[in-house]
Amino acid sequence: MTTALPRADVAPVASAKRRRRAPGWLAVAPLLVFTAVAFGLPALAIVNGAFSADDATTGASHYTGANVTASLQGPYLTALLGSVKLSAISAALGALLGLPLAQAVVSSRSRWLREAVLTASGVLANFGGVPLAFAFVATLGNAGVLTVHLGLKDSGWNLYSFWGLVLVYLYFLIPLMVLTITPALDGLRTQWREAALNNGANGVQYWRHVALPVLAPSLLGGLVLLFGSAFAAYATAAAMVGSAVPLVTLQIADALSGNVLVGQENVALALSLDMVLVAGLVMAVYLPLQRRSARWLDA
Amino acid sequence: MARRLTPWRWVVLGLAALYFLVPLAASVIFTVDVPGQGLTFDAYTKILTADGFLSSLVLSLELALATIAVVLLLMVPAVVALRLGSPRLRPVVEVVCSLPLVVPPIAFVAGIATVLKWGPEHLSRTPLFETFVAIQNPDFPVVLVLAYVVMALPFVYRALDAGLRAIDVRTLVEAARSCGASWPQALVRAVLPNLRGALLNASFLTLALVLGEFTVSHLLGYTPFAVWIYNVGGEQAQMSVAVSVLSLLVTWALLLALAGAGGRNRSASSRG
Repeated sequence: MTTALPRADVAPVASAKRRRRAPGWLAVAPLLVFTAVAFGLPALAIVNGAFSADDATTGASHYTGANVTASLQGPYLTALLGSVKLSAISAALGALLGLPLAQAVVSSRSRWLREAVLTASGVLANFGGVPLAFAFVATLGNAGVLTVHLGLKDSGWNLYSFWGLVLVYLYFLIPLMVLTITPALDGLRTQWREAALNNGANGVQYWRHVALPVLAPSLLGGLVLLFGSAFAAYATAAAMVGSAVPLVTLQIADALSGNVLVGQENVALALSLDMVLVAGLVMAVYLPLQRRSARWLDA
Repeated sequence: MARRLTPWRWVVLGLAALYFLVPLAASVIFTVDVPGQGLTFDAYTKILTADGFLSSLVLSLELALATIAVVLLLMVPAVVALRLGSPRLRPVVEVVCSLPLVVPPIAFVAGIATVLKWGPEHLSRTPLFETFVAIQNPDFPVVLVLAYVVMALPFVYRALDAGLRAIDVRTLVEAARSCGASWPQALVRAVLPNLRGALLNASFLTLALVLGEFTVSHLLGYTPFAVWIYNVGGEQAQMSVAVSVLSLLVTWALLLALAGAGGRNRSASSRG
């Protein structure tokens, strides 16, 4: 190793350095130019559109705060709050149910079970969208297999409702939680539990005073990630409930495809801006938490 | 200790298995046990001849291939450069690749639709207008590739970064350069073979994203695979569920194939 290194440096150091600088910028530049066009332009369009309005008579556009105000009133506000409520409840349930599942898998120490559950989680966490909605419609919809065979309809079951959506969202949120929390659970040392038990703690006390505080950043990070994922979901809701449940994503889609009054496109853009702000807030909470939990696990 | 926990663990795993398997099993039953017809496999046999199935699937696969090619061409040189000599660019690339996470697909498509309207409204006399028309060609909507590349950036960055962390890029490149390789040669013949697992991982995630993508394509008015399933659902419930089940199985198979390829990765890289 040490004898090989000087030979690699036989080429003049200065020219090698100069040559290395150039590829750095050159290699990153296409990526930056591409995102500036493909991402920057639409982002600019959202902000510009959210704050401008077309004059009905002259067709000239001017800047105004009316769209943003409108997006925080009436049915639009209901939809925004509906989305936040749905995402918060399904994220909390997903975290609450995903944690014991991940713990059951990690503590089993069975390689086979672990691989199977993590692979399945990887698939199911991405199994959102239209196919998921149809699978649940076939299972628990009005003509679904379980609805018919168990006579659920008489007991008032309705999949096309708020709680129906929560049930469906959990199908990809729980696997997402398992994927997020498993590395953190792996980081819990057996010695910590043994030390706690040797000092007279019972299982509950160990979880309350040792395990949960260590897991807290990862748990919170997972919760926030689940919230963001549920908040942005559109396809599942569109294929399942149409507009039976007021959600901001469905409102934006309606306004974009001209299903409501003409000229609502700018309100759709204002709603999009609202969503970006919420999602931005989510990431602002998530990234520091993730960094914090990563530090714990590396230590 | 561990033994006392066993019943609790099996209850949790059992309930999870129930929740995750019942919808799949029920979907299969729903497609083969049609009321009034008894047991029938019509829903599956009719898929191949169904209107628009093949064309939508082919469109989705073409979009996926184009997206994978573009995103890898953009990202691989960038992340390798970050490792080699431009650590100061790292925060820039990290932020650029995290930005799409802040803009949900529905908001993104609202922005794209607005930009596309600028074409006819403001640019109809300029050569740029031709570009606007060309990227919206319904046979191959380039605009979808642009959107998918942006949406894939966070996943691809994470996959490639994890792959690069596992190898010593600087030593590899310096070894290749001192043996007389040019920069592109060093990248293609020394670095890429060692990144095979990460490249496959990134490609798979992108493929899964594009095949399942609904929001952007639906609202821009194109009909790739997911939109076709959605449209079929209105008239032929059985078939749409059958296709949903099949698409899950295909995703599963792809992931297993990826795991297999990842396992063979080590022996393969010694060749390169």
